[in-house]
Amino acid sequence: MPGPVGTAPRHAVAVSPPPATEAPAPARPRRRRRYRPAALGWAAFFLAPTTLGLGFFYMWPVVQTVYFSFTKWGPFGGHQWTGLDNYRAIVRDETVLSALRNTVYFTLLGLAGIPISIVLAALLARKGRRGVTAYRALLFLPVVTMPAAVAIVWRWLYNGDYGLVNELLSHVGAHRTYWVSDPNTALVAVALVGIWTTVGYNMVILMAGMEAIPRHYYEAAEMDGATGVRQFFAITVPLISPSLFFVTVLSIIGSLQTFDLVYVMIGRTNPALPQTRTVVYLFYQKAFIENDRGYAAALAFLLLLLIVIVTAAQFRLQKRWVHYE
Amino acid sequence: MVTRSGRRAGTRLATLAVGVAVAATLLLGACSSSGSSSGSGGKVTLSYGLWDKNQVPAMKRIAAAYHATHRNVTVNVQLTPYDDYFTKLQTAAGGGEAPDVFWMNGPNFQLYASNGVLAPLTGTLDTKPYPASLVKLYQLDGKQYGLPKDFDTVGLWYDKKLFDAAHVKYPDASWTWPTFVDAARKLTVPAKGQYGTAALLTGQEGMYNTIFQAGGYVVSPDGKHSGYGTPQAIQGLKFWTDLIQQKLSPGQQQMTDTAPYQMFEAGKIAMYWGGSWDAVEFGNNPLTKTQADVTVLPQGAKRATVIHGLANVVFNRSKHKAQAIDFAKFLGSKQAAQIEGSTGTVIPAYAGTQQAWIKSHPQFHLQSFLDELPYAQPLPVSANTAAWNTLEADILTKAWTGSTPVDQAANNQAQKMDGVLAKEGK
Repeated sequence: MPGPVGTAPRHAVAVSPPPATEAPAPARPRRRRRYRPAALGWAAFFLAPTTLGLGFFYMWPVVQTVYFSFTKWGPFGGHQWTGLDNYRAIVRDETVLSALRNTVYFTLLGLAGIPISIVLAALLARKGRRGVTAYRALLFLPVVTMPAAVAIVWRWLYNGDYGLVNELLSHVGAHRTYWVSDPNTALVAVALVGIWTTVGYNMVILMAGMEAIPRHYYEAAEMDGATGVRQFFAITVPLISPSLFFVTVLSIIGSLQTFDLVYVMIGRTNPALPQTRTVVYLFYQKAFIENDRGYAAALAFLLLLLIVIVTAAQFRLQKRWVHYE
Repeated sequence: MVTRSGRRAGTRLATLAVGVAVAATLLLGACSSSGSSSGSGGKVTLSYGLWDKNQVPAMKRIAAAYHATHRNVTVNVQLTPYDDYFTKLQTAAGGGEAPDVFWMNGPNFQLYASNGVLAPLTGTLDTKPYPASLVKLYQLDGKQYGLPKDFDTVGLWYDKKLFDAAHVKYPDASWTWPTFVDAARKLTVPAKGQYGTAALLTGQEGMYNTIFQAGGYVVSPDGKHSGYGTPQAIQGLKFWTDLIQQKLSPGQQQMTDTAPYQMFEAGKIAMYWGGSWDAVEFGNNPLTKTQADVTVLPQGAKRATVIHGLANVVFNRSKHKAQAIDFAKFLGSKQAAQIEGSTGTVIPAYAGTQQAWIKSHPQFHLQSFLDELPYAQPLPVSANTAAWNTLEADILTKAWTGSTPVDQAANNQAQKMDGVLAKEGK
């Protein structure tokens, strides 16, 4: 399975097995390399920080969370095994279903950011245009801005009484709208901010993909009389498909975990909360407001499963549309 | 936060679990709260946890006063901002590292007391100087866990200029619900975007007051049932939803976008149900500083206001429990209350020490908040208050927007809240 752009080779982590057990690659028979013990020691030394960090701060908590999802958690520590109780409660809880629905909407809307990123990347990948660097910087700025700050500023822009958005729209005769507290508009309003904050990141990845495309493909296409648009669809898009795949996978994972924007922009007594509450928001609410951490752990585990399934499905489907040179 | 870190470190498959990691950080319990430490020669250092930075100077002065008479005890004030206070305290208490003495509020008290985190106060206790309802707020199973530190009640703030412009008499103790609604109608000026009042969707400043005034309750005295389904509670809620429907208050969407107290400070709301703590805020705002005043809440079927206050409690696993209890009692003494009152930040709970607070903003009739004491009712709480507070935010919002009839929302709330309360017993 070819890894997406920028992925470290998977076998890099597994140093410890002795060389004897390593199966030779079938396609190109390689001489089995003998590692000197000292070299192995050094390798282990250099890999240890990442491996330990990953194991201790990511993997072990995942294992613990799975365990705690089968328990009832006391507010001050201590827990008691309750089997599938939490999962049964989740299945019966209608807020979970609506949170799941909202999360899926967020994810689908978030995907709309990708075509925008492609167009922007195509426009800004060409060197020599005036102001390209400035535009790149401007578009990347939201990526490096604190999400909470972004959310607060956008909350003001969306404000129904004093917001700039309404002010601008009033010139074209639009009605006053309370964008983030109207159940009909809140989800889209928040999702737009989400897109705005990720477009810059996607754009940079895609631009890197575009710059790796050999010039002569375009020259050949030009000689054959292909227009710029034709070149874009026949050369650029297929050849950036690995980057596109990477960006899509990340965007979906990110959207499925939407929390901060909803937390800051919506708030607890917002009439639009039921229409915007995501799974991670619900997790937060259960764990930190209602003190029901076992339930929250179960919810987090289900979200993990969902993400794994969706991502696995994408890796399956990529064979149909991703072209590696 | 969650989404962002996922994206940054996105090259590792393992980061799929970022959401999970949030829980895990908590599980790992990386708490840093320093507990008590004892020095040599019988010297004891007590830690004192609190969340309001405005009150730190007063608390330090009280600690110094205690040290003056108890030379072997030094008190270390630990400030944690409110947003993190209870999350941190919970983790610290679980790990045995909570401060020896710390601030507690009503909604959290029973959770801590019923789980054995707090030490009951022992020895002689004189609870007469404090408002009785507050003393009761910090009792569980007949034991007193904390002495009230301060209190707040809710009053009717109003904008004198808007009243003058509409030729309406200023509110006073004679007002009833109909007088209030009548005035709200006269004070509503749609063309100016001005409303008579704001129907706050909050318990303490809003609906709990009117539920009590209608003769209802939120949590039954035995703590087992919700009162939301009773006709009185529905009346108390309807008081507010009617105001919204008649457009005498901004709608819930508008109040979500702009906080009602800000509208009051901008002269867009004539009457605002606010707490005694708002005196500081309204005393600083250039408009309300001169234009606002306050009186007691209007009367429903009876008189009522919500009273709430903090208490100083002792950590049950403190290494110096005897000294901690002694210090906690000193914090409830008249001497401590006088120091606290002199700073004018909060109303001290000890009877007869409140004059300094009243004088802190002479332009407001702050005495009204004390006048309400005889009929004040404690903020409704239970062992897991937060759980049904979340339900209120979810379910009652629908009544406020008008998408669900108020009686239906109230019954819905009662039913779900009963479920939460039943779970608490286990």
